[in-house]
Amino acid sequence: MPIVSLRGVQKRYGNGVLALDRLNMDVWPGEFVSLLGPSGCGKSTALRLIAGLTKPTRGTIDGLATGQVSRARDLGFVFQEPTLMPWTTVAGNVRLPLRLQGLDDDAAGPRVAAAIERVGLEQFADAYPRELSGGMKMRTSIARALVTEPKVLLMDEPFAALDEITRFKLNDDLLSLWRALQKTVVFVTHSVFESVYLSNRILVMTPRPGRVFTELAIDAPYPRGERFRTSAEYAAFCRRASETLAAATAAGT
Amino acid sequence: MAGEPIDAREHSRTEAALRVVLPIAVLALIILAWDLVVRLREIPPYVLPGPGLVLTTLISDWAVLSESLLVTLVTTFEGFLLAFVGGVGLAVLFNQSRLVEYSLYPYAVILQVTPIVAIAPLLLIYLPQQAAVLACAWIVAFFPVLANTTLGLNSVDHNLADLFRLYGASRAQVLWQLKLPAALPYILGGLKIAGGLSLIGAVVAEIAAGSAGAGSGLAYRIAESGYRLNIPRMFAALLLLSVAGIVIFFSLSLLSYLLLRRWHESAVARER
Repeated sequence: MPIVSLRGVQKRYGNGVLALDRLNMDVWPGEFVSLLGPSGCGKSTALRLIAGLTKPTRGTIDGLATGQVSRARDLGFVFQEPTLMPWTTVAGNVRLPLRLQGLDDDAAGPRVAAAIERVGLEQFADAYPRELSGGMKMRTSIARALVTEPKVLLMDEPFAALDEITRFKLNDDLLSLWRALQKTVVFVTHSVFESVYLSNRILVMTPRPGRVFTELAIDAPYPRGERFRTSAEYAAFCRRASETLAAATAAGT
Repeated sequence: MAGEPIDAREHSRTEAALRVVLPIAVLALIILAWDLVVRLREIPPYVLPGPGLVLTTLISDWAVLSESLLVTLVTTFEGFLLAFVGGVGLAVLFNQSRLVEYSLYPYAVILQVTPIVAIAPLLLIYLPQQAAVLACAWIVAFFPVLANTTLGLNSVDHNLADLFRLYGASRAQVLWQLKLPAALPYILGGLKIAGGLSLIGAVVAEIAAGSAGAGSGLAYRIAESGYRLNIPRMFAALLLLSVAGIVIFFSLSLLSYLLLRRWHESAVARER
């Protein structure tokens, strides 16, 4: 049984733009799946649809609990920007989802501390976002998404704005988190290299209106690290993904 | 910082000192010039009193003036408080209900753009004098609070708003945990303007009331002293008014700094 299943999904915005059309996709429990596509192909829209932040104009989205409150327990969302509240500390930001669920601070405390420790920020729990580097802000954002122990983690180009060194480090940390916590991750990116490095499976999307052009299995074993990143196998996967992306882009126009 | 070069620290200290010393030097020069002009041209005190005479008047008339100062300050403070409650309250109400916003916003603007000097005499006809003065202080001061708070409430990061929605936040949670904290720097900016304006509103109303023959605030003292050609007392009262304005401004700046220093860019010192 897929944990999320989209069938014949169409999304047309109020201004007439058709972002997605005839989108079918399944997400299986425990997998790391990437949505790879050119800018403006509706990848982010697909993620927002899964999160229930916007409604499809046609088609169905099944698998997750319906209704926002119960869905909130199933999902964690990481935006492209860290999207932290500047007026409170790292701990205050990570605590937010629990507080919104009505948990008092005493009960939330250990879970907040654990989430902060998981992303390696225990030294910075009382720091304000403006005192953190870009990478640390993104770690805070990931800790906040993990604190509710969701089944599915939705990530919308979370590392696109970071420098390469920080991005590699966060890629590695994300993979070890994923393996340790056994979560399902849906990861949106426009980077071929990032998607190959991270995923079990890549869904390659066409330009607007976006739909899944084809899918690629990346069946290299985990743990993946520096050795995988520099291997011929990795290069071959990347070449295939690039060619597929080029074909998808051509097919869309 | 231990590693900071000494001359950089020295430099910033000199600059801080200059920021205090220079305005004081300018003040001293102006007072000196004022004194010289009055002395050398032998201007009579009922035309222009010298700075020394203003100071002695301030001391000798302190009983009358301090009492009036207190009256004006209380009015200003009450007007400011009402402006804060009314401005923020109305902005929150507008933010929660479009219908209320559409119905009332134009009138808030009308109140703001109609000159207070023109409204004051009317208010004095319909309201008891103290209430009329207070109403004037409120009318001038509440609009910047309303406008700034409205802007602040609408300036919430869209992704953060989505995040609250994703976690099923209630309207009250969104208001108290997202919108109001995000609006805080804007609200404080509005209050800084409102502080000065409530003093102006109080003064305008007192002047209008004073010409009708009643009142006891500082502005009334100024008007009254004018009729009696007691020019030194006019200057002394004016001095007190402007000191009051300065104190209000700095208190609100301090409040804003204390509330924002941990997180908002406006209050964070930057090392260059």
